[in-house]
Amino acid sequence: MTEMAVKSSSGFGADVHRRMPSPRRPLGKRATPYLFLLPYFLVTTVFFIYPLGYATILSFYQTDGPAAKAFVGLSNFTFVLGDRDFHHALWNTCVFTFFSLCLQLPLSLGLAMLLNSKSGRLKGFFRLAIFAPNLVGQVFVGVLFTVLFTPRYGLFNILLQELFGWGLEKQWLSDPSLVMPAIVIASLWLYVGFNMIYFLAALQNVDQSQIEAARIDGAGPIGVFLNVTIPAIMPVATFVVVTSTIGSFQLFELPYTLLQASDGWGPGDSGLTVVGYLYRNAFYQGDLGTGAAVGWLLTFIVLAISLVQVWLAQRVGSET
Amino acid sequence: MMMIAALNHIEPFAAFRQFLLGLNGLQWMMIGLGAVFFVVLPFSRKLAFTYMRVLLLIVAATLIMMPFVWLICAAFKDKEVLNEYVFLPPLNKISSHTINLGNFRELLADKDTVQGPVNFMRYVANSLFLASATTFIAMVFSSMGGYALSKYKFRGKGAILTFMLASLTIPGVVMLAPNFEVIYKLGFLDTYPALIIPAAVSVFGIFLYRQAMITVPNDLIEAGRIDGCSEFRIYLTLIMPLVRPMTGAFCLVTFLGAWNAFLGPNIFLQTQSKLTLPVVLNQYIGEYTQHYGVFLAGTLLAIIPPAVLFFSLQKEFISGLASGAVKG
Repeated sequence: MTEMAVKSSSGFGADVHRRMPSPRRPLGKRATPYLFLLPYFLVTTVFFIYPLGYATILSFYQTDGPAAKAFVGLSNFTFVLGDRDFHHALWNTCVFTFFSLCLQLPLSLGLAMLLNSKSGRLKGFFRLAIFAPNLVGQVFVGVLFTVLFTPRYGLFNILLQELFGWGLEKQWLSDPSLVMPAIVIASLWLYVGFNMIYFLAALQNVDQSQIEAARIDGAGPIGVFLNVTIPAIMPVATFVVVTSTIGSFQLFELPYTLLQASDGWGPGDSGLTVVGYLYRNAFYQGDLGTGAAVGWLLTFIVLAISLVQVWLAQRVGSET
Repeated sequence: MMMIAALNHIEPFAAFRQFLLGLNGLQWMMIGLGAVFFVVLPFSRKLAFTYMRVLLLIVAATLIMMPFVWLICAAFKDKEVLNEYVFLPPLNKISSHTINLGNFRELLADKDTVQGPVNFMRYVANSLFLASATTFIAMVFSSMGGYALSKYKFRGKGAILTFMLASLTIPGVVMLAPNFEVIYKLGFLDTYPALIIPAAVSVFGIFLYRQAMITVPNDLIEAGRIDGCSEFRIYLTLIMPLVRPMTGAFCLVTFLGAWNAFLGPNIFLQTQSKLTLPVVLNQYIGEYTQHYGVFLAGTLLAIIPPAVLFFSLQKEFISGLASGAVKG
């Protein structure tokens, strides 16, 4: 997720070149930047360009482990697109993405707004506390929540019972209708603080004089929020929505660990994700070709969704 | 009479009283804390809203910290009483029978596997080594790339930058299947280079360093050149110390990523004694279903190193993270 931060932060316009290379500079000097970039070139060629090209080729082959393969044309793609397990995985992933965005983003923004005040000491503490789950990897979160979701004894079940008088005996990880909510809740705990940091940074950059001006014009707190704050944080909000979507579509480790004890991907594959499907085909059944095909399909889906989101955000932005 | 009795039964007040009597201490506390807001509101709007804001933050922070507190408690509880108390047993029940190091003792004992006995500390050492090596190498190579792209003008620079940006949009899982073949052909299967070398340069790191190094004055570099420093020495001794905060942020992100990585180690490593903590703890869920105190103790140990690193670098980290998103 963090990798995408760069995309928005590195405008080419910011680049300043004051030092022009003179044509008579010796070859050794001219090669310097390339030498600095040499590790990048090597690693990218071997572990990015080659695999990417190879993924394209591989997606037209059927393999059985890394050693044996046969050309099968488009049948990997037609197989995946017609496979009910894939439909199921794609549906699950979309459901997860939708609900985790709908819960995570308002909560992250809300927490950021609560934190966006002047008192420094308190802010630092709360920011740290809310951000802390991000230190824990998805696998460790999965391990932890397997126990938290235990019927009757799990902390989450007990907490629900104490607060709302409901849910002590719920089988979060083995009831097909509760598996997805369980994954959404665990990932909410993990990522709410992460997105909050972005929203907080955006809120602190909102022009205070604009807020004052809106207040003088008679806008209430809700009016200020809708007309000043929202447009001002729109770029960061777009960024958070796009990166969260991309991240959600690649969800794998959390459900993999969380559901390991309940039939691998939960009863009736209720927690199977697209990457989970890829993993199962490529590394359980040894069919790397199908894995590569799923990888490409996922790339296209993610790319299409993020383009639509950016386009929508620009339209909304230009209207307000 | 019958009619009145029936009415009395469904009278709203009775239902409300029934509801109130059914509330537990925690629910009463929440209602009470909420009520304070409405009591204060008529006197001072500002005070009431500040109170509400802090209250909500405390609730959020408590909910988020609760699993950590619970994890620490669970790791030290005896297996006999794990389910008996939510957090710790009451003071009069605390003894070496309820609170002890049994989970850790079992976790840290040599464990027989198909490939011979392995100690849990071995996995800790593996993870520490892998994460540190990955971080150090990625830091060196990424900062070198960032330096070239921030302070030199050369043929193909624009193309390289565009290519890097484009490469960020491709999800890593596409390469998962073909990378397995690459690693296999290179003979890296079941070795650490399979994990370290693909991560040796990060585009994210290159951009991070480029952004930080662009602001370094060019005069400084010229001065270094006039003093006869080699280009590499300028990078190493003049530039790198100036971008130390960025190094802190980058190392933390990379270390966390490598420490928590699961997919790569799970696919490329096969020998039991080479595995890392996430892979092993994931195995333990299946092995210790009845005695989960053991893998909870393991999880607690596994989140200590990143936590220590984070608390020592958190200022750089959060500001670095945030500035990256806002500047764009």
